[in-house]
Amino acid sequence: MPSSHLSHWGLLVTGDPLIYGADASIILASVGIVFVLTYFKKWKWLWKEWLTTVDHKRIGIMYLIAAVLMLFRAGTDALLMRTQLALPNEHFLGPSHYDQIFTTHGTVMIFFMAMPFIFALMNIAVPLQIGARDVAFPYLNAVSFWLFFFGAMLLNISFVIGGSPAAGWTSYAPLAGLHFSPGPGENFYLLALQITGIGSIATGINFLATIFKMRAPGMTLMKMPLFTWSIVATNILIIFAFPALAVALALLLIDRIAGAHFFTIHAGGLPMMYINMFWIWGHPEVYIVILPAFGVFSEVVATFSRKTIFGYKAMVSSLLLISVASYFVWAHHFFTMGGGVSVNSFFAVASMLIGIPTGVKVFNWMFTMYRGRIRMKMPMLWTIAFIPCFVLGGATGMMLAVAPADYQYHNSYFLVAHFHEMLIGGVVFGMFAALYYWWPKMFGFLLDEKWGRWAFWLWNIGFYVCFEPQYALGLMGMQRRMYTYPAGMGWTALNFISTIGAFLMGLGFIFMVWDIVYSIFKGERDLTGDPWDGRTLEWSLPSPAPHYNFAVIPTITDRDQWWTLKEQGRQDTLRPQTEDIKPIHMPKNSAKPFLIGIAFFTAGFGFVFGWYVFGAIALFGVVVLLLARSFEYHSDYHIPVDEVIHTETALGRL
Amino acid sequence: MAAIVEYAPGNVPEHDPRPLEYTNKDDSLKIFGFWIFLATDMILFGTLFATFVVLRTHVATGPSGQQLFDIQGFIEETFILLTSSFTGGMATFFMRRGSVRGTVGWLLVTAVLGASFVSLEITEFLHYIALGATMQTSAFLSAFYTLVGTHGAHVSLGIVWMLAIVIQLLRYGITAATARKVFVVNLYWHFLDVVWVFIFTVVYLTGVIK
Amino acid sequence: MLYSLSPDQEIIINFLYFCRDGRRAGSIFENRRRLQVAHFWKDERREKGVVAMKAGKVRRRTLTYAGLGAVAAALLTGCGSQFQVLDPAGPVARTELNMIDISIVLLLIVIVPVIGLLIYIVYRYRDKPGNTAPYDPHFADSKVMEFIWWGIPILIVAILGTLTVRTTISLAQPPGNTSSVQPLTIEVTSLDWKWLFQYPNGKFATVNYAEIPVGVPVQFILTSNAPMNSFWVPRLGGQEYTMPGMALRLWLQANQVGDYYGHGANFTGRGFAHTTFHVIAAPMAKFDQWVKHVKSTAPALTPTGYKNLAIPNIVGEMTFSSYPANSFYNTVMNDGGRFMPSTVQEEASLHH
Repeated sequence: MPSSHLSHWGLLVTGDPLIYGADASIILASVGIVFVLTYFKKWKWLWKEWLTTVDHKRIGIMYLIAAVLMLFRAGTDALLMRTQLALPNEHFLGPSHYDQIFTTHGTVMIFFMAMPFIFALMNIAVPLQIGARDVAFPYLNAVSFWLFFFGAMLLNISFVIGGSPAAGWTSYAPLAGLHFSPGPGENFYLLALQITGIGSIATGINFLATIFKMRAPGMTLMKMPLFTWSIVATNILIIFAFPALAVALALLLIDRIAGAHFFTIHAGGLPMMYINMFWIWGHPEVYIVILPAFGVFSEVVATFSRKTIFGYKAMVSSLLLISVASYFVWAHHFFTMGGGVSVNSFFAVASMLIGIPTGVKVFNWMFTMYRGRIRMKMPMLWTIAFIPCFVLGGATGMMLAVAPADYQYHNSYFLVAHFHEMLIGGVVFGMFAALYYWWPKMFGFLLDEKWGRWAFWLWNIGFYVCFEPQYALGLMGMQRRMYTYPAGMGWTALNFISTIGAFLMGLGFIFMVWDIVYSIFKGERDLTGDPWDGRTLEWSLPSPAPHYNFAVIPTITDRDQWWTLKEQGRQDTLRPQTEDIKPIHMPKNSAKPFLIGIAFFTAGFGFVFGWYVFGAIALFGVVVLLLARSFEYHSDYHIPVDEVIHTETALGRL
Repeated sequence: MAAIVEYAPGNVPEHDPRPLEYTNKDDSLKIFGFWIFLATDMILFGTLFATFVVLRTHVATGPSGQQLFDIQGFIEETFILLTSSFTGGMATFFMRRGSVRGTVGWLLVTAVLGASFVSLEITEFLHYIALGATMQTSAFLSAFYTLVGTHGAHVSLGIVWMLAIVIQLLRYGITAATARKVFVVNLYWHFLDVVWVFIFTVVYLTGVIK
Repeated sequence: MLYSLSPDQEIIINFLYFCRDGRRAGSIFENRRRLQVAHFWKDERREKGVVAMKAGKVRRRTLTYAGLGAVAAALLTGCGSQFQVLDPAGPVARTELNMIDISIVLLLIVIVPVIGLLIYIVYRYRDKPGNTAPYDPHFADSKVMEFIWWGIPILIVAILGTLTVRTTISLAQPPGNTSSVQPLTIEVTSLDWKWLFQYPNGKFATVNYAEIPVGVPVQFILTSNAPMNSFWVPRLGGQEYTMPGMALRLWLQANQVGDYYGHGANFTGRGFAHTTFHVIAAPMAKFDQWVKHVKSTAPALTPTGYKNLAIPNIVGEMTFSSYPANSFYNTVMNDGGRFMPSTVQEEASLHH
């Protein structure tokens, strides 16, 4: 279907059947949700149990659901793009439409799929792994989630109201400035990411405070699980990188709405500075999403090889080395921007050096498996699949680090193939491994292995079929971000094959969803809390864990405490004794985080369209809510001992 | 900053030598979290400073710092803000002595000084705008207004915050929670003071020397 | 009849025997004999089947090797002009391809053992009943292994890093010997969505194509009067960004006659997919002839015409016998060049 020039009717986007289809789906889905909630009388439940919760386990589940939904959304974007590129000179998507789709694909995948996925894992696993009852600041945790959620809503609504951003997920100036990208699209990008960025910084503060100050007694830093260590490294990166992004986005927004000259061509603006600022955040960002995956792999490999992780100290130091080094490589994203010989040489060598600790981790994982007993369950399958994929992607990364060679790879499909290999083969596979691994702990049942394997093979085969040809396309001279390409360049066959691979991955996603639906009804129930014969503390709790996590905070003496106790036959020492139970101090639910999210959404929406008074009033609403929180002195309560005993007995623990 | 000393339950000595806001885990944790927040704010201002330094010479058709800045004006602002940091410290001093009146009094003085700083700054900006040096004139001016303006916005939020705490002190007196709030707002205030010292040096002083 | 194995088959089969039998695996000669005997008995029992099987095997083997060979050939020789990066037509692209080849070789040193090791480990240490492989749940440390897998990568990075730095420095110099051959200068302006080429020596201009003499180093002075683009002619060499307010230099040289595909390589909006251009390399005599032809027959590029080039649209090829004086320098200055003196120095020296 030819997509002609997209136009507007008022604020609504018109001119394309796909858009009308999206409008219809949004309306139908919203009506459907309202109907279901009303029919089953679940509004109060939704409000009490989910919209106002401050429980890290619930918040983690909400992040997870959002991430999966956004994976669907951005994955659909990808399938649309690959359909358009399957053959040369297609008119399925016109240039404007295609540009909006590839922009939202990248933006949603990074900010609204990868980030919430890692936040989900942090929330679900970290407090349980360190023997804590919740995170340091549960209320702030909820605020982080709702800021993310409403930031995502703001960006997603742009598709049908106002028009989506179309300057790429990197949104370079001057293309993204007012002159070359008039209209609300780019504003959606800047405001949505600003809002969600605030949430990310808050999460960074939260989890660093949690991990440094709330570990169970006896758990020194060097006795922490490696996943928790990876979260320490990730959050250090978050707090030092995200403020730079906040500034970059804010300055570009000020350029656009106040006519300033930070990144304009005239009056002294310097577009190159935006690129530097963006990538000073951008490179740590890719490590922010991969380090939790590394943490997951460390847990999974040790558990499913029934063996201690190889080289714990080296794993910790490589995590920290990678974190520090990631701040010294950002210019490799623009070797061709004329930085000069010294600049390019420094960043080239630094980029190669950072591959070394990463490679060390791969060897450590393999030697954990060595002389172990490997059980091929889904989490382990995803981990094993990650290794060759990531090693290949890492190797092409080293190739890209050779600055003179990069002059031939930059912005071609070689680059596209490389970063997708790292992001899918590294981050997505890691998130899937974590999904299967911690699913029983979250929900109390396991995901079915058989359907899981279908999804696994489709994803893997689909990935290689889709992206390996793209390395060749890059070497054939095909640039990225082109909505179509001419015939006669020899690019057609590989593009077509790549599209097939993309649809295979889409099929894999569908099988994964089917796996979840099937397992809800027929999945094996987790009755012990320890379905994998795990090593870390979360497996000592029932599945799902009770509201307060631990009835009695355990005292830790070893690394992999749960495994050590099982080896010695002493796992009962982690069961609570009635006499040790005291009233448990818990935070109350709160509606304010949800309301702050709405206020930010409203303000953002207003600023996108230039309704400044409206936006200012909404921001004032944020301040009012902050003050209301400041005046709130009764935000906690205690769970009485009887209730704890009652719950623990019902769970069979007393 | 006092060390966080944790006493084992049942082992707390009768006279707890720790400052009030460190006597329980919750409040100690919130202070620790706020230090991490200050680290992020430091990067935020650092990035804005970098922007300013890069764009400092990009004056296009507009005026430069030397043509614009009034030495007396920014010396006054500096004096007021630095004094307000001192008065904030006085508020903490009286808080340690358990005096609600002293704490509230000195916090109000701090807020008033902060407010006069902000009003001086607004006057300065309005003056420049009247001269035709707006944010839209040049990259240098965009960077100047954004950097100094962000600091001013931080100060303004701090004033509102301080007033809220004053009301809470009058309502609840000095408890661990209110002590923590006074401590944290003072941390914030001192941080903004440090940022101003850098603004004073990098923006105004070097601006008028060049 | 005894069938002999090709050397590649031998290596693979021995690896598999090693994987299955560990140290008890036979020597290379034993394994070869085993396979030959097995083939012999199959042959005796099912003549037809074996012939068919052998034919099938031969076909599969041929296809596999053909496929691998094609990939190898493509990678190493750039067979077919489709793999432009692998088919250099000039010294700059040649140097860059050399770096690509070296990096592939160095990285294969890591990739092949890692993947091989992974396959071996996953196969050998599976949790299957009756698996006699050693199980050592606390084996978590080995100084020797750490030394190897920190040491070898550090060595590889040292080599690759040194070569990278050397090549980066050399690519900033002209590719040929500029004392013997006078380099050609072409000023390139990327616009929405077209390329303007101005020849300061001859004072003529072209749009969406450029002609250069073979064997002469060409310095392209790049700028943009629109969003940042990137100037890329894959067969002649790597790309460089075109940035408003800056004049960056890219050295390229064609050593073969030909018509080389070029394209913008940094997204500039709706018409980006159409920012194609080409560079024609002709022998010196033909180039001079072309220059004379352009100067005598092409229309002039008036100041209005120059301004109209900045209108966002897609045009075909154009040729002009002259252009407004100092237009390139003025464009750079107007777009912010005043604030970036170091990046317009080169251009300033050509200022005329």
